[in-house]
Amino acid sequence: MEHIGILEGREKQVFEKKIGAELSDIACETSSLSGSVSQRACVFCGSRVVLYPVADAIHIVHGPIGCAAYTWDIRGAVSSGPELHRLSFSTDLQEMDVIYGGEKKLYLSLIELIEQYKPKAAFIYSTCIVGLIGDDIDAVCKKVAAETGIPVLPVHSEGFKGTKKDGYKAACFALMKLIGTGSTEGISKLSINILGEFNLAGEAWIIRKYYERMGIEVVSTLTGDGRIDAVKRAHGASLNVVQCSGSMTSLAKDMEEKYGIPYIRVSYFGIEDMSKSLYDVALHFPDHPEIMEAAKQVVSEEVKKLYPELQKFKKALTGKKAAIYVGGAFKTFSLIKALRSIGMSVVLAGSQTGNKDDYKRLKEMCDEGTVIVDDSNPVELSKFILEKEADLLIGGVKERPIAFKLGIGFCDHNHERKIPLAGFVGMYNFALEVYQSVMSPVWQFAPRKGGNR
Amino acid sequence: MKHAKTATQNACKLCNPLGACLAFRGIENCVPFLHGSQGCATYIRRYLISHYKEPIDIASSNFHEESAVFGGSHNLQVGLKNVTAQYKPEVIGIATTCLSETIGDDVPMILREYTKTYRNGTPMPIMIHASTPSYQGSHIDGFHAAVRATVVTLAEKGERQNLVNMFPNMVSPADLRYLKEIFTDFRLPCMLLPDYSQTMDGGPWGEYHRIPPGGTPASAIANAGKATASIEFTSTLAASKSAAGYLEEAFGVPRHQLSLPIGIKESDKFFDLLETLTEQPRPEKYEDERRRLVDAYADGHKYVFEKKVILYGEEDLVVAMTAFLREIGMMPVLCASGGKSGQLKQRLIELIPDLEEQGIKVREGVDFMDIEDEAKILKPDFLIGNSKGYTMSRKNNIPLLRIGFPIHDRFGGQRAHHIGYRGTQELFDRIVNTVIEQRQNASSIGYTYM
Repeated sequence: MEHIGILEGREKQVFEKKIGAELSDIACETSSLSGSVSQRACVFCGSRVVLYPVADAIHIVHGPIGCAAYTWDIRGAVSSGPELHRLSFSTDLQEMDVIYGGEKKLYLSLIELIEQYKPKAAFIYSTCIVGLIGDDIDAVCKKVAAETGIPVLPVHSEGFKGTKKDGYKAACFALMKLIGTGSTEGISKLSINILGEFNLAGEAWIIRKYYERMGIEVVSTLTGDGRIDAVKRAHGASLNVVQCSGSMTSLAKDMEEKYGIPYIRVSYFGIEDMSKSLYDVALHFPDHPEIMEAAKQVVSEEVKKLYPELQKFKKALTGKKAAIYVGGAFKTFSLIKALRSIGMSVVLAGSQTGNKDDYKRLKEMCDEGTVIVDDSNPVELSKFILEKEADLLIGGVKERPIAFKLGIGFCDHNHERKIPLAGFVGMYNFALEVYQSVMSPVWQFAPRKGGNR
Repeated sequence: MKHAKTATQNACKLCNPLGACLAFRGIENCVPFLHGSQGCATYIRRYLISHYKEPIDIASSNFHEESAVFGGSHNLQVGLKNVTAQYKPEVIGIATTCLSETIGDDVPMILREYTKTYRNGTPMPIMIHASTPSYQGSHIDGFHAAVRATVVTLAEKGERQNLVNMFPNMVSPADLRYLKEIFTDFRLPCMLLPDYSQTMDGGPWGEYHRIPPGGTPASAIANAGKATASIEFTSTLAASKSAAGYLEEAFGVPRHQLSLPIGIKESDKFFDLLETLTEQPRPEKYEDERRRLVDAYADGHKYVFEKKVILYGEEDLVVAMTAFLREIGMMPVLCASGGKSGQLKQRLIELIPDLEEQGIKVREGVDFMDIEDEAKILKPDFLIGNSKGYTMSRKNNIPLLRIGFPIHDRFGGQRAHHIGYRGTQELFDRIVNTVIEQRQNASSIGYTYM
């Protein structure tokens, strides 16, 4: 087989854990190398994924048609009520708009759409071109807000102005403008917000129920099944629980600074981390030992149901090898633990947006021989999948065809998934999906298995 | 309720660079490269994957703030260098985005500079540049721009050869395979461009391919100027924007423009042309395909007669499908496209002179909210178009027959046939079955023979 090397300039973003290997810091949080086929997206994408699930607002993309067209109804974020987030609105800028400016078109679009859909708020995403032609989005938003009486929030997400993480920040900035503008009357002291939980396939509903069983009020989920009114009163909660840390830590920090609300980082994937995320919340209310009792009760009931069901999968999957390449590093930690609990080892672990601390922790967690990558690309991923003889790849839609081409199983753990993977029931679904893909007899025909000839 | 008109709501089109990336995927050993932000490449990859279910690597020059201010030359050059090192491509297909177009990067000049700096006597990949600003046109314009740019870059002058250039438009990999089969059966050498029949619908890999096998070799494209004829399937593309138009102008290769051959009449025109070019009758196999199709029309005609359809998609597809629907007695009550060539209505009138009297509406530059508004008035029996119509189909309880691109909520879009007798047969079967299924579902009796 042809030797595949690492792209020049990327050596420091790849690390193989070996005895005696120098534990140098992995290079990360840099922008992608020109010409490498990064699996990352852009600033706009970061903003769009964070705000997308807010279901009673309109989301209008100010720019040429592509950015709106490619994000129309792509996420599995579901709503219990209004579904404005599943529509795609664009100012669809044309050449003349680029020359003469798009402010008027944006203004008219907003007035008409707000009249038609009567949303609770509007988010305006600026795309690459808007950053160049110099439209004053803030002024247009201010004007429309005054005329319509609803919050009209600019999201400065020009694709080239940073990385996806900067997009998260721009989205959090817009949310911060809403938080604090609603009444906190009647909110319990025993209350939390869940940040970075996007209600993919109804996951936020599952998690919310666990907390409610503990006697905890969930004030606002940001932004899964999101409602503007709930966002406005989020400052009334006693604690922020941050699930997708990559996207929402900046909001948690801002809320801590402005409203004195502390935050904790959690993960809802796998039994271990799911349980911990309930205990950690209980620990925050030490004067209420009944909450911890209830948390233990929830965990015990759920695990009792789940554990025996997992054994079938574990029996089949023990000794199989997985490769993980997902967006945030925190999810990678959980997945390593979740995979171990069903007998699988991890031979490749990576993320698009992890930071130095994340990678340090990843190195500590991983077994000898595990390859760790930051901001990887298809060539690299394939190289390591083949070299390490992985049986499974966990990733998103862009990684899926790599797995299937090479003849290994795949589990979609990205924001397009349609099956809930969070919570205890999510762990069951995860194990089931991994089992269904890894154990499928179709791989016997894959060339790497000799093609069954 | 009529919807507001300034904003585009649920677009019935995609952006220019997407089409270019797909077309570049149909050249052998070629890496598509987008000169712009990282997001464009990633979104387009994700979008193409949802339909084709194949890895598609699209490189990006990955603009930063400095590149937007000082120009993208540095990023483009570093990007080309890296792509060359990692993919070892024979061709790099560079398409611009709205960003690089707006700041006015002079890509041809940057490419010359790059070649001068890095050549050092070593062979370099061929670089093709297509200008594809997303604030103009839609994905289909990007597709044609890339095909034309490829021919402009590669075609050479020379002695006439027994060769026909075939520019098939944005058809499925299955359609491309069918075309190659037809040319083989006619024993007519053919330069098919683009040909992503294998790159976007290939087999499993025992080892990693930086670039999937398949596609039209650059050396074959070089011969395009020596061909005896070019055939292009399009109804709306101007000669000034088409590859065949360029070859006619630059090398005197006669340009034969045909509608996408969907339906018996349009397929006949294609086979007639092949007969003329080869001076031999079509192989018996295709007579058989045609006979079976005529027979199927007879068997199925009552199911489809005067069924009302809303048709949407790229303009060329809409024109071709309209011709087909009319020859089986169906009524396209609305022919709609998100594209806006200004040609759609005229082309349809040429097909159906009394279009307006027949109550066939034509609208270009529409979005799905426009189409939905129309559907409420026109009350069609079903919709025919890509998967993007599903939202509207579900909401208004109108069945959707999926054709073209993208198909991301059904399996096998890349293997669906649309063109020629074979493609028409498949479409006809599916249309009839849609009607039968609808009737069966609506029946309280549950007939087992329909």
